[in-house]
Amino acid sequence: MKVFSELKKNLKNDFSNLKPIKVALLGDTATQLLKLSLRGMGFDYGFDLQIWEADFNQIERQVFDPTSELYEFNPELIVVFQSSHKLLEKYNKLHPQDYYNLAENRLKLIDNLYLEIKTKLNTKIIYYNYPEINDSIFGNYANKVEQSFVFQLRKLNYELMVYAARYPNFNICDISSIQNQAGKSGMFQTSVYINTEMVLSIDVLPLIAAGTVDIIASMYGKFNKCLILDLDNTMWGGIIGDDGLENIQLGGLGIGKAFTEFQYWIKKLKNRGIIIAVCSKNTESVAKEPFEKHPDTVLLLDDIAVFIANWENKADNIRQIQSILNIGFDSMVFLDDNPFERNMVRENIPSITVPELPVDPANYLEYLYTLNLFETASFSDEDSERTKQYQTEAKRATLQTSYTNEDDFLKSLSMLSLVEPFNKFNTPRVAQLSQRSNQFNLRTVRYSDADIELLSLSNDYYTFAFTLEDKFGDNGLICAVILHKENNEVLFIDTWFMSCRVLKRGMENFVLNTIVSYARENGFKILKGEYIPTAKNDMVKDHYRNLNFQEKGNFFVLATDIYEAKKSYITLKNYEIKY
Amino acid sequence: MNRSELLKELNEIFVDVLDTDGLVINEQTTAKDVDEWDSLNHIQLVVAIEKHFKIRFTSQEIQNWNNVGEMLNSISAKLN
Repeated sequence: MKVFSELKKNLKNDFSNLKPIKVALLGDTATQLLKLSLRGMGFDYGFDLQIWEADFNQIERQVFDPTSELYEFNPELIVVFQSSHKLLEKYNKLHPQDYYNLAENRLKLIDNLYLEIKTKLNTKIIYYNYPEINDSIFGNYANKVEQSFVFQLRKLNYELMVYAARYPNFNICDISSIQNQAGKSGMFQTSVYINTEMVLSIDVLPLIAAGTVDIIASMYGKFNKCLILDLDNTMWGGIIGDDGLENIQLGGLGIGKAFTEFQYWIKKLKNRGIIIAVCSKNTESVAKEPFEKHPDTVLLLDDIAVFIANWENKADNIRQIQSILNIGFDSMVFLDDNPFERNMVRENIPSITVPELPVDPANYLEYLYTLNLFETASFSDEDSERTKQYQTEAKRATLQTSYTNEDDFLKSLSMLSLVEPFNKFNTPRVAQLSQRSNQFNLRTVRYSDADIELLSLSNDYYTFAFTLEDKFGDNGLICAVILHKENNEVLFIDTWFMSCRVLKRGMENFVLNTIVSYARENGFKILKGEYIPTAKNDMVKDHYRNLNFQEKGNFFVLATDIYEAKKSYITLKNYEIKY
Repeated sequence: MNRSELLKELNEIFVDVLDTDGLVINEQTTAKDVDEWDSLNHIQLVVAIEKHFKIRFTSQEIQNWNNVGEMLNSISAKLN
């Protein structure tokens, strides 16, 4: 990780090709160096963070005054940093009988701040939680004394999590966790504080900035989706081909313990929706043996979406994994104990993330924990099914090879689609797809759960969520369309994105048939579409042309009355679309 | 380490922290003489000096320096 002075040097770079995001920074301590760190770190992540920083200790003033500079600036994100230091200062000034209410009153203030901002701006909040200050007034007994500062601070941090779970646009940046990593003396430097009123040390600023920008990146679609692992000396100790099943180190006492715990970590990631792949230099049957037969294996073959074991070079194998999964290299992480392999993959595939690994496998997890590789801006029930989805896809691909005629193949799948407006149940998945979809995405508008809820309630928007299932399995919700009523005649396609898992199924035709049908029934004569190019959505640049829309300036239009339904082998699963 | 070597090393730290190639400081140099030497950069200088020489200054000391010469005096005292 870069140090502060290196982040500062980034500020002189050319930001013009990076994605601009307007960020407001509100703090109750001096935040100038934090601002520089955030902007500098943003550069390395590909963002032009245009930061407006409020004056010292102006949080309430900026939020509650409707004419303030905060609202004039109109940010997309607001970072709010209320320090533990100032919280302790507040506590110190209280009459002891009011100590009990510190956490509750702070939460009330935070709630008021959030609600006030919500009425004026469509923005997301990143709120820093409270690193511990143990003022040693009660010793360990503080844990038994509700009015102690330690008790109140921990209560506050817990209640903040409950609050964040409830409000989709309120996010916590866990700087308390960063203090655990850096240590208290790493986090707070008295000389810095006395001289500048900054409560973060120069050394910890990059960690705080990285934690914050990790969150921002995941909100804007940049996050890791896949973990690719080597096997020998990464998933177990030793070399399966040489040592055999009985002699590899996995489970039990000693170093085997470290590999077991590492496998539990991978298993948790899989359950969370991270795609797990294997890329190993081994004979395939030999490489699979531990997952099938080792008594202490935690991971099973079922947990692995793509299993590649051969003697080819790993960069080529990873390219193959990428083409099967159809996600960007920049959303993949590759772990291998061999530095030569790591360097080779890094050089050949520059956008994949290849962390170093400590020489001692006992240190793998501790090291990986600090890297925060799997930040996310959403979590839905479908996440736990993701690996199975990719495995089922492999089965479909095998079936396809037995058909020479594509139409016959599609017919044989017996595809069904459930079409519903956005509702309470599909909202998390729709929002998540809007954040994850980069390739099949016509306008790349990102929506949070809260945004989707608003759309579903509005009379000017017509929303469609599509699932797709076939005889092999259910892909779940894989496409969403949002139509905006421009006037009584024209429906504008605000959003059309689809998961890349279901390309080449004829979904586009089915979707168009559905929305034209709907437009006709409601008296709309024109469907209007737009393609906004990004670095990743080149595949849909001719989408509307291919669907026989007419080009009209920067838009594409389709007359609904002369439209003839296009060929599709997908059947509507519900008997009517309930509106 | 003699005084002039100390000054040279301190000069390098100034150039790195203030990001000013070609800056040359001497014993009489004060914050007023260097554009980039403001209060925010001052604390970064202090932290960088502490790291480089493996010493720690007290808050009192940091607030009492009037020029580079006095900084050198403090550094020197801690190294010997």
